[in-house]
Amino acid sequence: MLPSFRRALAMSVITLSVIAAAPAIAEPLKVVASFTVIADFAKNVGGDRIALTTIVGPNGDAHVYEPKPADAVAMAKADVVLVNGLHFEGFLRRLVEASATGAQIVELTKGVKTVEFKPEFAEAEDDHAADGEADHAEHGHDHGVIDPHAFQSVANAKIYVKNIADAFCAADAAGCDDYRANAAAYTRKLDALDGNVRAAIGAIPAQKRVVITSHDAFGYFEHEYGLTFLAPQGISTDSEPSAADVARLVAQIRQDKAAAIFVENITNPRLIEQIAAETGIKVGGALYSDALSGPDGPASTYIDMMRNNIAQIKGAILGS
Amino acid sequence: MDALYGLLIAPFADFAFMQRALLGALMLSLGACPVGVFLMLRRMSLSGDAMAHAILPGAAAGFLLYGLEILPMTVGGLVAGIVVALGAGAVSRFTIQREDASMAAFYLISLAIGVLMVSLKGSSVDLMHVLFGTVLALNDEALALIGGIVVVTLAALAVFWRALVADCLDPLFLRSVSRMGGPAHFVFLGLVVLNLVGGFQALGTLLSVGLMILPAAGARFWTSRVGPMCVVAVAIGFASCVAGLLLSYHLSLPSGPAIILSAGTVYLASILFGTRGALRNRIVPHRHRTA
Repeated sequence: MLPSFRRALAMSVITLSVIAAAPAIAEPLKVVASFTVIADFAKNVGGDRIALTTIVGPNGDAHVYEPKPADAVAMAKADVVLVNGLHFEGFLRRLVEASATGAQIVELTKGVKTVEFKPEFAEAEDDHAADGEADHAEHGHDHGVIDPHAFQSVANAKIYVKNIADAFCAADAAGCDDYRANAAAYTRKLDALDGNVRAAIGAIPAQKRVVITSHDAFGYFEHEYGLTFLAPQGISTDSEPSAADVARLVAQIRQDKAAAIFVENITNPRLIEQIAAETGIKVGGALYSDALSGPDGPASTYIDMMRNNIAQIKGAILGS
Repeated sequence: MDALYGLLIAPFADFAFMQRALLGALMLSLGACPVGVFLMLRRMSLSGDAMAHAILPGAAAGFLLYGLEILPMTVGGLVAGIVVALGAGAVSRFTIQREDASMAAFYLISLAIGVLMVSLKGSSVDLMHVLFGTVLALNDEALALIGGIVVVTLAALAVFWRALVADCLDPLFLRSVSRMGGPAHFVFLGLVVLNLVGGFQALGTLLSVGLMILPAAGARFWTSRVGPMCVVAVAIGFASCVAGLLLSYHLSLPSGPAIILSAGTVYLASILFGTRGALRNRIVPHRHRTA
């Protein structure tokens, strides 16, 4: 009952707003980004030529986000909708249907070489699949076996940026040269960032390159830069940990296989603090995984996020 | 012997978080199960569920104002729960409406305020993770809170025992012989709110109601005296906590549901095998005393 009501509400708002909106000349390209990381890329590529709306704001969890009527309105009016894809945004399919948008939906992970979740996490996914069809439909925001957090590797971020430039050119041919130039300039910054990350990892002794976070969102980072991440919570932020998961982690830390433990910006820190207290391992600062911080935070842009994460990881490992 | 040790003792001996989880869960059972017995005897089992929802906005307000601090969230939950309990009680006392309707109305209002506050804050950090602790992540503060709640609960039960029992069985009688009727009712509602607030630190609101109601409902099938019923309920609660945590450890199940499902299993078994008013009495014929 609720979803259909919400949809009806959204539709009525959209109908009214379409009547209200008068066609204007030389308007900026209306772009909707599904979450903050993509919004930051779009800002860098589009510059002043786009009017940007972000659906899931700073520190928000896109896995479990509930869309509001305003989101449907923004989507219905949009020229281009930028999304991550790979089932990262659980709310997306419903929102696209509800808003009846005519905009082009661009999946930015197109062309990314995907990485699967590690076996220990994929196993949990099998359990989910065994729960049956009805359960699966209810948990529509669960990840597949493919890890969707592709933007955690800078090489993939460059693919995102290229896809964004292509999409903007297709929607607004007049600005194409600007978009390409912006994208090229930003890609150079990303190359520099990639070098920084590699240099920082290189400074950590190889046997100490194991850290623990509360949500397994760093598969691409691990794959690209050779740092191992362990997580008590598994693949999606909505699963409750079992005693066995936590015990396995504690045992791993005790065998001195992990050097630092981190709290992410979107999950409950208590469990991590508890594990740290039990093992005497050092708790690092906040890592940003699925969302950027607000403008005053340490990770207000993608580049800042990656710099913050790598500085925190390096500091915690070398400090312990 | 070693296998038995590995199965039952080692998980708690090897891991401090398991010891904390066990301690927290056992303390919760000690306070919540007797309260659950009185809740059931007053035919208010479903009110416990309603109260659990009513607590949400207070805890949410505490979180939004002060972050993940136990004290503001607890105080917020207590205030919201008590406002709803008093409001529902007052409406049922001074108007023609019965308590079930007024309780439902107040808790729905409270729940809607909670959802509104969470949404207005704008951040969509999943509040379920923040508000509803997991029993595996009990820190010293949470354990101290639960311990305090147990002490208060047991002390209040000891002091008001006779009034509470009389109020359950024959409230009109209590009112005719004593002025304790009104206070006893509100003390009792306060205990319900207190134990639910303590429980949601460990289990989440919905499951903390489970630890209150299921052992009490199971104990009803084994005895008809209130005192022993409380003892049996606490015993069922203890057994469920130990079994639930061990299941969670050995079978990789989430711990909260594992504890409540253990209590649910005991409840179902009690229906089948209990000695009082259970199915068995329908199958085994009564032997009537003959003169």
